[in-house]
Amino acid sequence: MAQRIDVKDVNIYYGDFLAVEGVSMTIEPRSVTAFIGPSGCGKSTFIRTLNRMHEVIPGAYVDGSVELEGVDLYGPGVDPVAVRRNIGMVFQRPNPFPTMSIRDNVLAGVKLNNRRISKSDADDLVESSLRGANLWNEVKDRLEKPGSGLSGGQQQRLCIARTIAVKPQVVLMDEPCSALDPISTLAIEDLIQEMKKDYTIVIVTHNMQQAARVSDRTAFFNIAGTGKPGKLIEMDDTATIFSSPSEQATEDYVSGRFG
Amino acid sequence: MTTTDSPQLPATPKGPPSRATARRRRSGDTERGFSRVFRWIATGAGALILATLAAVALFLLLRAWPAITASEEELSSAVGRYPEGTSLLEFIGPLIFGTLLAAVLALALATPVAMGIGLFISHYAPRRLAQVLGYLVDLLAAIPSVVYGLWGFLVLAPVVKPVWFWLGDNFGWFPLFAGDVSATGKVLATVSVVLAVMILPIITAVSREVFLQTPKLHEEAALALGATRWEMVRTAVLPFGRSGVISAAMLGLGRALGETMAVLMIISPGFLVYSLQILAGAQHQTIAAYIALDFAEATGLAVNALIATGLALFLITMAVNMIARAIVARRKEFSGAN
Repeated sequence: MAQRIDVKDVNIYYGDFLAVEGVSMTIEPRSVTAFIGPSGCGKSTFIRTLNRMHEVIPGAYVDGSVELEGVDLYGPGVDPVAVRRNIGMVFQRPNPFPTMSIRDNVLAGVKLNNRRISKSDADDLVESSLRGANLWNEVKDRLEKPGSGLSGGQQQRLCIARTIAVKPQVVLMDEPCSALDPISTLAIEDLIQEMKKDYTIVIVTHNMQQAARVSDRTAFFNIAGTGKPGKLIEMDDTATIFSSPSEQATEDYVSGRFG
Repeated sequence: MTTTDSPQLPATPKGPPSRATARRRRSGDTERGFSRVFRWIATGAGALILATLAAVALFLLLRAWPAITASEEELSSAVGRYPEGTSLLEFIGPLIFGTLLAAVLALALATPVAMGIGLFISHYAPRRLAQVLGYLVDLLAAIPSVVYGLWGFLVLAPVVKPVWFWLGDNFGWFPLFAGDVSATGKVLATVSVVLAVMILPIITAVSREVFLQTPKLHEEAALALGATRWEMVRTAVLPFGRSGVISAAMLGLGRALGETMAVLMIISPGFLVYSLQILAGAQHQTIAAYIALDFAEATGLAVNALIATGLALFLITMAVNMIARAIVARRKEFSGAN
């Protein structure tokens, strides 16, 4: 259920604009990898290339290769739809489908492509996914209520349940806690710790304490100035990044000194 | 607004505050100068709508009253079209039926096409093409209905006639296509097609705007789950646009119900029959076209009878709008507004 990602020499463009330059990294299975760095350094852009969500924006494209267990996601004949089924994504702001009930939200991905699922299988999947997202006990009595009626933190966990219901190999999280209060944030962080038993997890965060708390490996991205491309400065074990990074820029950033 | 009149305030021992105090509190101290003027303008505009509606309703009711209360003999002697022993209701009933049939058929034809165009413009077409298409669709709305009438009469009727014959020959068992197919093509089916073209722009324009407003977040949520473009449209865009499309369809229905000129010019009218045979001649008439047809020559009680017919149209349109609102409100909980 968890696979390795190898990124080689990836350049990411918005039209003519080079947004991220020359990123190579390996993301280990069954671990949490955090991306940190200042705003605009391209970490969100980069995470979106890992499941081909980047190209949804008109004019955006990627060169280089992103391999999932040796298969290039950008190779010829690879269907981005299939890629996104394997590599799920949780967004910055909770985005359950407002017109669907909690139950239908969890099943949304499974019901795509007109796949049929029996009622009992669906019930089991809803329960296991919601349990997997630590939400079952809070919503089990109101599965037919709209997902948009939940609190922000619950909505975000509903989105995680929806993501893991399609049984992906990798779960990408783009600042999943930035719209949440500290208690909901803690709930998500605990959840991430449990999820890494089964999934490869990549998380973008603005919060360095969060990166230190949840991740095994940390990648630091930086940008030389406005209009310049973002770059991967270094990537190492989280403990190393926060105690003795090899680059001066990383040390400045994690210790709160800039420039 | 202000919270000064909220219930947690201790109630004065002498009961609730007087009306004047309450009003002063509600408008509060924040409203002065232009803010106050603007409040009056807005209130006035809102009141004007109500007043207009009430005036129209009152006019219709007062002028229709003599016809409503008249006896069958009085009616049939005053109005040429009323055979002996025909009550007002027996005469208006088929007209209401014809009006609804034409409008509903037009809506059934136009809505899927309009949603298709709207979706194509909002989610499929390249940006340049989308702009041109949107502009062209809006242009359709600018064509006067008399021109649509001419077009339906001179161009469309001869062209669709073979289609109507084919439908009558092959699907004559279906109630709508039963009966003798008219040799002129000036039938309700042709009217419905013209009405469909006329209401297409408004439904398209509103649907397109609603589809464009689908939150990026929801579209990306669908895509990130592994949705194809169509699945993304189905899971995120259509549910989001649902109530908007219903409103758009109701706007279109309103226009189709009230359309006069195009119907008048195309249809060969028939009175006093409830008929589903939309391919047969002299079976239907709509309220608006009937009023236009007879108004010039009507006097006395005949005018009142025509106005009573207009009152019926007014009531239908109002009922349609209320039903539409009820449909939209029924699933409010799931609209995402919370």
